[in-house]
Amino acid sequence: MAPILSVRDLEKTYDGGFQALKSVSLDISEGEVFALLGPNGAGKTTLISTICGLVRPTSGSIDVGGFDALKDFRAARQLIGLVPQEMPTAPFEMVADTVAFSRGLFGLKPDPALVESILKDLSLWDKRDNAIMSLSGGMKRRLLVAKALAHEPRLLFLDEPTAGVDVELRHDMWRIVGNLKERGVTIILTTHYIEEAEEMADRVGVINGGEIILVEDKAELMRKLGRKLLTLNLSEPLSALPASLAQYDLTLASDGTSLVYTYDTHAERTGITSLLTDLSSAGVRFQDLQTDQSSLEDIFVDLVKSG
Amino acid sequence: MNFEAIKSIYLAEMARTRRTIMQSIISPVISTVLYFVVFGAAIGSRITEVDGVSYGAFIVPGLIMLSLMTQSLSNASFGIYFPKFTGTIFEVLSAPVSFLEITIAYVGAAATKSVLVGLIILITANFFVPLEIQHPVWMVAFFVLTAVTFALLGFIIGIWADNFEKLQFVPLLIVTPLAFLGGSFYSINMLPEFWQKVTLINPVVYLISGFRWSFYGQADVSLWLSLLATMIFLGGSLAIIHRIFKTGYRLKP
Repeated sequence: MAPILSVRDLEKTYDGGFQALKSVSLDISEGEVFALLGPNGAGKTTLISTICGLVRPTSGSIDVGGFDALKDFRAARQLIGLVPQEMPTAPFEMVADTVAFSRGLFGLKPDPALVESILKDLSLWDKRDNAIMSLSGGMKRRLLVAKALAHEPRLLFLDEPTAGVDVELRHDMWRIVGNLKERGVTIILTTHYIEEAEEMADRVGVINGGEIILVEDKAELMRKLGRKLLTLNLSEPLSALPASLAQYDLTLASDGTSLVYTYDTHAERTGITSLLTDLSSAGVRFQDLQTDQSSLEDIFVDLVKSG
Repeated sequence: MNFEAIKSIYLAEMARTRRTIMQSIISPVISTVLYFVVFGAAIGSRITEVDGVSYGAFIVPGLIMLSLMTQSLSNASFGIYFPKFTGTIFEVLSAPVSFLEITIAYVGAAATKSVLVGLIILITANFFVPLEIQHPVWMVAFFVLTAVTFALLGFIIGIWADNFEKLQFVPLLIVTPLAFLGGSFYSINMLPEFWQKVTLINPVVYLISGFRWSFYGQADVSLWLSLLATMIFLGGSLAIIHRIFKTGYRLKP
């Protein structure tokens, strides 16, 4: 199946000379949830803005559902919904009016029934006749989602949908994304909350310094790059690592009560068996052991540091 | 052409007018009536006829032009500046709406508002002085052309301005003086000869002169020159807007 979004060699250099995007290529399949991770200033918002037509690309091409986003901008944008990172809203407008307005911008006839169902889905129906400025932060965010859905887009961009919201709202947003995914809407979200990507995404892309440094199936990524830590709680504190154990990637806790062994689950040999043997021959005894899988967060931090 | 989008933006802008009716419609009418009372009744009673028209009646076209220009400017500049300021402009810029459609919607709404204000002033003036409109078709033409032209100019200012100070700069420091000195309240024939010539540099003179001619058949400059000046204004504004959209200036980095 042809991807719903295909970005090729996209570059953006701002007038000041800052290069925000460096030869970005990306394919998004219909129906998937794609999380774009990256630190602040990595180019996440520039990438989204360029695809949505808010920023003019310096070079490269963007194809949305088979339409060139520049030459055939009307057809391309018709497929796209955008929920921006900031929460820009016209303070005095009414909730239902502003959703209807968004639909009109996409050249569609008014459809009060659709607006009603969108507002109900997002628990905003009770507020339909309220001025936007009377809404809470979480409601405003949901309203922006409602506006972005008013023309029934097939591809929805959520730029930092949960930046600065409390836990409950964040879970709320995850639920909304889940519902949209079920309805077949393709979702691209940016975030720097790793747990969000872990929770929602099918695939993860990491962008840093304007370059996509990795695109991977989420589960695959976690498996492939997943390092494990084996922690051994020692019976008696050690003052230093025995010389016979120097070949292992071991760290001794500062109080000497535990040893941490880092290993790669993907390696042919994890080295656990020989480590345990060598430990016992060195006379090191332990009371307990545990293993931890590194999270997406650790993977991410590693990637960004090395990149 | 995305007519539905033009309609949506236009109606949203007009809804904003209704919400701020005091500021957008009533206050310009009040200030114009004040001008009218002060210049027309209080001072005007000591001035004899100008070009065969009573002073009170003489200033009506000038007053309408004055408010038409300032209102079009401020409506249009604020109309586009405000969404830029709050950030809501993103929605219009990422929708399948062309720049031409954006301009038509915002400028159309701003011009509509100022035309409404102008009409209300015209009707109000009718209660104070006997009015005659000798060339109604020309009158409507100048009326609408001026409203549209200054709304376009205001649109440019609204895009250019990146703070409230700049937003006020052009209307207050350039257009208002030009309008006052452009013969809103006097015929330029009343000026010393030297200043008559200087005044001809002021483009507003041509607009007011043409508009007044449509009322009383009296003009400071020829009708065609007035029309030409209006068209140059209009064409210039359109050219600048075309350039703005071509380069994404201040809207699309």
